[in-house]
Amino acid sequence: MGNRVAIVGVGMTKFVRRALETGKELSWLASKAALDSCGMTMNQIDSVVMGTAPDTFDGVHMKGEYLSDGAGGFGKPYMRGFVGGGTGVFSVAQGWYHVASGMFDTCLVVCEEKMSTFQPHAQAAFLTIFDHTTERPLKPNLLWIFALEMNRYMTTYGLKKEDIARVAVKNKNNALDHPAAQIAAPVTVEDVLNSEVLAWPVQRLDVSPVSDGAVAVILANESVARRVTDKPVWVEGCGWALDTAYWTNRDLCYPRYVEEAARMAYKMAGVTDPRHQIHVAEPYDPFDYKELHHMEGLMLCGRGEAPQLTVDGVTARDGELPVCPSGGLLGVGNPIAAAGLMKIAELFWQLRGEAGKRQIARKAKRGVAQAWGDLMQVGTVVVLGV
Amino acid sequence: MAKTKVQSPKSKVQSPKPVLTSPPFNPIAHGLSDDDFKHGKVCTTRWTADARYAYDRGVAIGRYLAGLKQGKILAVRCGRCERIMVPPRAFCELCFKPIDGWTEVADTGVVNTFSLCYVTWDVRRIKEPLIPAVIEIDGASPGMGIMHLLGGVDPGKVHRDMKVRAVWKPEAEREGAITDILYWKPV
Repeated sequence: MGNRVAIVGVGMTKFVRRALETGKELSWLASKAALDSCGMTMNQIDSVVMGTAPDTFDGVHMKGEYLSDGAGGFGKPYMRGFVGGGTGVFSVAQGWYHVASGMFDTCLVVCEEKMSTFQPHAQAAFLTIFDHTTERPLKPNLLWIFALEMNRYMTTYGLKKEDIARVAVKNKNNALDHPAAQIAAPVTVEDVLNSEVLAWPVQRLDVSPVSDGAVAVILANESVARRVTDKPVWVEGCGWALDTAYWTNRDLCYPRYVEEAARMAYKMAGVTDPRHQIHVAEPYDPFDYKELHHMEGLMLCGRGEAPQLTVDGVTARDGELPVCPSGGLLGVGNPIAAAGLMKIAELFWQLRGEAGKRQIARKAKRGVAQAWGDLMQVGTVVVLGV
Repeated sequence: MAKTKVQSPKSKVQSPKPVLTSPPFNPIAHGLSDDDFKHGKVCTTRWTADARYAYDRGVAIGRYLAGLKQGKILAVRCGRCERIMVPPRAFCELCFKPIDGWTEVADTGVVNTFSLCYVTWDVRRIKEPLIPAVIEIDGASPGMGIMHLLGGVDPGKVHRDMKVRAVWKPEAEREGAITDILYWKPV
């Protein structure tokens, strides 16, 4: 489908709670690092895609345009994509169709988020996601929907919090080897279970942090990719899907929209048996239970089976199916759009065998990254391969 | 390159000094602490938004709210998929056609899922937890829930599939809002 498209370079900033740098400066740092990683310059970039979350975070109208200079968007075909938390992975799909269509030889994809600007807490920027007439008068906060979904997931499959806490333990420990990580920590299951209860069953260490940061990747068609690098990482498939906004009418125990997005991406990539044909996965993990939820939606295991795989060590870096070897959002941090693109960057390093201390034990030729957002309703999936 | 400041570890969950033997090599971003920001050690500017909105209730939700004022929960019916839907909507989003009628459903239901929430939206602690829940309404199609609050119950005793009933505001105080139901309590 379309021309072949490869990722040829990646770059990222550190993820921090509050960065001195502006969003524009963070975008520039990530973009420059990506260009340097493959020896390219801005005049070799034909088009630019910027992924960044709500204008509300920054209080800047038309934030994409504000950020554009930092992504080298000036004087180029430039567009911003935004599908909530799903943005980081979607931006690669968006960049992919820029190049796959033949319109452009190259596309710089930049994702930036600066959540610290919003006062007193970035969570409030999300409050208007609830229906203004039927939900907001109840004074909900964003944690509610995750707590409700997590509890539905736990009660459907009879899961214990300890089983889910292992995801936070794995990811925060994995992130100890990630130089850009914000909250890597050698935590244990007990630490997670003893952490402050926010909205039961969600506790402090079940949740990813508020972060600032940026990530950039460079996409190129085959002829450019072969000239730029010996190790192109191909975009084999991408997919995205949205579920209904009537979220209280859905069964929250299963992310159907992720499955639909995954089926689209797998079909394009020729993946018929994801459990065996996917060798490394970076599903979206803003909460520990979400990694499990998304593994099931990505059909990497059966429904309700993901917790046991984690307990058995299958998803560890030295396991049969390493999941979030980067450390994920729980360990590296969660600057919304940038967090999704960080997952793509991790697959790039893993598939090229360049992940250093984070390199997974098994041989990997194909990986999947996925992100999720809005009212628990959008799924975005990209399959990469070498 | 710029010197990156590693935030001082205040607790176990703060990041230890990262090991620079893996990519990304020397990632940049100057991490500020809360104190740097709050005590004006770095230059910032502040602006407070004052955005006001007047939301129209809409055709379907307007009628739903009028029902609540009378102590009734109204639902809509689609003749094609045969779903009885709550909250009501003007069109069936599955069949993408207008709805075929209105019907009253019960003011009882079952707890689909719930949470015990100990923080406000800006993460301040509250002592007695709020108990948000998705409540599947009796008389609507299976799985048709609304978000509301549980009350009049020991938080430790709340469970999935618990049967609950709406506790209404006194009729004179109702104003045609979702808050005309104060909370839902166990039957």
